Amino acid sequence: MIPAIVVFVYLAVVIYIGVFAFRKGKETGEDYFLASRGLGQWVFLLTLFGSNMTAFAILGSSGLSYRAGIGVYGLMASSSGFVIPLTIFFIGTRLWAVGKQYGHMTQVQYFRDRWECSHIGTVIFAVTAAMLVPYIIIGVMGGGHTLETISGGKVPYWLGGAIVALVVMSYVFFGGMRGTAWVNTFQTLLFLVFGTVAFYLIARKLGGFDSVVEQLASNPKTAPLLTRERISPYEFFSYTFIPLSAIMFPHIAITCFTAKKVTHFKKTVIFYPICIMLIWVPSVFLGVVAASQFPGLKPGESDDVILRLLAANTDIWLAGILGAGIMACVMASDTQILALGTMFTEDVFAYYGHKERFGEKAQVWTGRIFVVGITLVAYLIALELKDKAGIFELAIRFAFSGFAALAPIMLAALFWKRSTKWGALAAVLWVALTVLGTWWLYNYSAGVAPRPGQLPAQIFPAFGDLFLRTPTNVTIFGFLPVMPMCLGSALWMWLVSLLTKPPSQATIEKYFPRNG
Amino acid sequence: MKTRAILLCLLALAVYVLHQDFWNWKDYKPLIFGFLPVGLAYHAGYSILAAIMMALFVKFAWPKHLEDVAARAEGGVPDAKKDAEPHSPRAATRDDPK
Repeated sequence: MIPAIVVFVYLAVVIYIGVFAFRKGKETGEDYFLASRGLGQWVFLLTLFGSNMTAFAILGSSGLSYRAGIGVYGLMASSSGFVIPLTIFFIGTRLWAVGKQYGHMTQVQYFRDRWECSHIGTVIFAVTAAMLVPYIIIGVMGGGHTLETISGGKVPYWLGGAIVALVVMSYVFFGGMRGTAWVNTFQTLLFLVFGTVAFYLIARKLGGFDSVVEQLASNPKTAPLLTRERISPYEFFSYTFIPLSAIMFPHIAITCFTAKKVTHFKKTVIFYPICIMLIWVPSVFLGVVAASQFPGLKPGESDDVILRLLAANTDIWLAGILGAGIMACVMASDTQILALGTMFTEDVFAYYGHKERFGEKAQVWTGRIFVVGITLVAYLIALELKDKAGIFELAIRFAFSGFAALAPIMLAALFWKRSTKWGALAAVLWVALTVLGTWWLYNYSAGVAPRPGQLPAQIFPAFGDLFLRTPTNVTIFGFLPVMPMCLGSALWMWLVSLLTKPPSQATIEKYFPRNG
Repeated sequence: MKTRAILLCLLALAVYVLHQDFWNWKDYKPLIFGFLPVGLAYHAGYSILAAIMMALFVKFAWPKHLEDVAARAEGGVPDAKKDAEPHSPRAATRDDPK
C-alpha cells in the first residue's frame, strides 16, 4: 500500500500546481487555452515532450519490446527523434508565427482563414476530434489499471480511474494551459530523474544486465529479442512515416502556439531527440529484460512489465515514486483533454457566433464545462468497456496513421500558395476512409493472423502479397498502411488543388507576403 | 544560400539513410558497455546524431524572418534590431562612453 500512498501524495501535488496556476491566470481565452502565449523555453520543451509521452509510449513500448525486442527503439523512438524535431522546426515555428500574427489558437482556425472556408474546417475538426477521443479514454483506463496494480488491488479499477479522471480534470479545469504545462514539466522531470535511478537499481538487483543479456541470448525463444529479427525491414522503413503524426496532433500543434518567443523552439528541436533517448532506451531495454524475469505473459499482460520489474526489484518507497512517474505518463491525457476543449470552444462555439453573443468569459467557462463533460464521458466509457481496452489501443494505432496522413495538408497550407480548401477536403476524406478501411481489414484478417516469429499471411490470396497480415498489423505490399495513406493524402491535396479555384489574392498575400 | 540549403538537405537525407541500419539486423554483439545489444546502442547513438543534425539546422537554416514577423505583429521592434539597442535606460547610461 505504501507505493499507492506515495502516488496519492504525488496526485495532491499535481492538483496544487493546477490551483496555483489558476491563481496566476486571467479570465481570457488566450490565457486559459494558451497561457497567454508566454511559456518559457524549458517549460515549453518539457511540455511539448511530456504531452507526446503518453502511457501508450512508455507502458506500450516496454510491453511491445517484451514481445518484439530491441528493434522497437529504432522503430518508434529514433525515427521520432529524427522526424519530430524536423516537423517542429519547419511546421511548428510557422504555426507559432501565424498564431502570433493573426491570433489563431487551433489548426482549424488557421485552415479556415488560409483557405477561406467554413464547413470544410468543421469537417477537419470532426475528423481530428474523432481520432483524439480514444487517447483520452485509454488514459483514464491506464490510470485505473496502474493504480490497481500499484496498490496491489486495494484500489479497484473503477476507483483508480475515477481518481485519475478527477485529478486530471481538476488541474485542467482550474489551471488551463498554464497548469497543464507546469504539471507536464514536473512530470517529465520526475520520470527522467527517477527512471534513471530505477534503471540502475534494477540492474544492481539482477546482478548486472550483462548476465541477464547472456541468459536471454542462450535461450532460443528469447534470443531474437536482442536483435531485430521479429520486425520486417519493410515495416521498419514505413514506420518512419508515423512520427509525422506528432505535429498534427491537436495537443502538440496547440502547444506550438504557447511559446513566448520563436527562439524557444531552438533548444526544443535540439534536445527533443536526447529526451526521447533518455526515456525510451531504459523502457525498451527493461521490456526485453522482463522477458527473462516474467516469461510467458500474454499481450495484454505484458503492458505492465515495467511495473512488475519495479515491484520485484526496487525498494518499496522508490517503487511508489516511480509508480508516480508512470502515473505521470498515464496522465498525459491532460493536454489532449485541454486541446479538445480548445478546439470545441474556438472551432465550434466561438466560430458559430457564441463568443460575440456571450463574451470571452463565457467562452472560457464553455471550455471548462467541456473539459468536465469529456472527462466524465471518457470515464464512463472506460468503466463500461473495462476489458475491451484493446479496441481503443487499436483505435490509437490507426489514429497515429491518420494524423500522419494529415501532415501533407498542413505542409500545403504553410508552403504551397496554390493549395485550396477542396484539396484539403479531398485529403481529409481520404484519411478518414483509409483509417476506417485499414481497421476493417485488420478485423477481417484476424482469423489468418500469424503468431510472432511466423511469416505474414495473405489476406486475399487472389491479390497475392498486396494485402498481408502480420501478427500485429496489416500491410500493403509489406509496407505499413501509413505510407500509402500519406502519399495518397499528398496526391489528393495536389491534384484537387490544381483543379479548383485558389483563395483570393488578398489571402495569399496575407500568408505569403512578398517581403516575408 | 542555395548551396547551404542543398547541403542541409543532403545531411538530412544521409541521417535518414543511417536510420535503416540493415547491417545490425541479426546480430546482438558486440555488447556496448558490456550489456547493450549493438542494435539498441546504435539507435541510441543515432538519437544523439539527430540532435547534432538539428543543432546544425538551427545554426544554418533558422527562420530568422519569423522573429521579425512576430515583433511586427506586437507593434514592436524586430528582435534583430532590438538586440543591437541597449535593453534599458539604465544599461544605456552605464554603457554610454560619454
